[in-house]
Amino acid sequence: MRTIFFTLFLLFACWSTSSFATLDEYHFDSEEQKSDFREVTEELRCLVCQNQSLAGSDAELAKDLQREVYKMMQQGKTKDDVIEFMVSRYGDFVLYEPPMKPSTYPLWFGPFFILAIGIFLLGRTLVKKKRSKEVELTDADQEKLAKLLSNTAENRDT
Amino acid sequence: MKPYLRFIAPLAIFAVIVGFLYKGLSMDPRALPSVLIDKPVPEFSLEELQSPGEFFTREDLLGEVSLLNVWATWCVSCRVEHPNLVALSRSNQVEIHGLIWKDDPVAARSYLKQLGDPYTSNGLDFDGRTAIDLGVYGAPETFIIDKKGVIRHKIAGPLSPEIIENEILPLVKKLREES
Repeated sequence: MRTIFFTLFLLFACWSTSSFATLDEYHFDSEEQKSDFREVTEELRCLVCQNQSLAGSDAELAKDLQREVYKMMQQGKTKDDVIEFMVSRYGDFVLYEPPMKPSTYPLWFGPFFILAIGIFLLGRTLVKKKRSKEVELTDADQEKLAKLLSNTAENRDT
Repeated sequence: MKPYLRFIAPLAIFAVIVGFLYKGLSMDPRALPSVLIDKPVPEFSLEELQSPGEFFTREDLLGEVSLLNVWATWCVSCRVEHPNLVALSRSNQVEIHGLIWKDDPVAARSYLKQLGDPYTSNGLDFDGRTAIDLGVYGAPETFIIDKKGVIRHKIAGPLSPEIIENEILPLVKKLREES
């Protein structure tokens, strides 16, 4: 029981430090600026702890980058400016959502391609099954079938 | 479907998946490709560690092939690679410049006094702003810069004698031959 409580406590402790803790360090003139800042730092990946966003990370570098993002936004730079600034230094890797370009086409369209193959194979199998059901029995087949059925009936009787 | 295809198709798919997974095992997720390769070193001006008041700038990198090593006294892996840098500088094969990432100059000076100073110049990047321009995401990182001040290669992580021998020195030699 104590372990469960401890785990819950740890989980909760992690939660409370994520995302919003960093916002208090900065002053924003408007709610809009604040939400823009939040949006950008959540779209950018922390390069030190790679599965965290800039907003959620407490790493030194993440803090430096947050400060840089804040400075740029205070200077009136747009979200796109900030993202371009980051990509020109750290590459597409800083983006959680990879951009659409030839080298990422397999990433974006690959799953749909595989889905299409799946649908095609499924369709083909279904059509085949349907066709095999529709096979008409010839008279000879009917006779054979009747014989087989009567055989099993006899077997059951004995 | 031909009967043999029934067996070969799943086997082929399995082989492809195994291939991808096997490749994934040997890839280092931290080794990110630098977007700055073949781009000029960004402008910077950092105070010299050993001669306060003087500045280490981009101009100091022009005219000769050189290494730019990002380090700090708080970085454990930097201590690991340090003897290798000292050995490299003693062999006089290439100039090494340092960028001290978010560190205290007093600590940096005593570190070099204790362990040897392989650097021709050493810039203090107090707020980490130049490191951001260089796309640095960890220390140590080493850039190989050609005569025109263009970044030609980057190694993330400590330099081992093998990396110096097989990766850095051959490239330095090649870059020297460029006009």
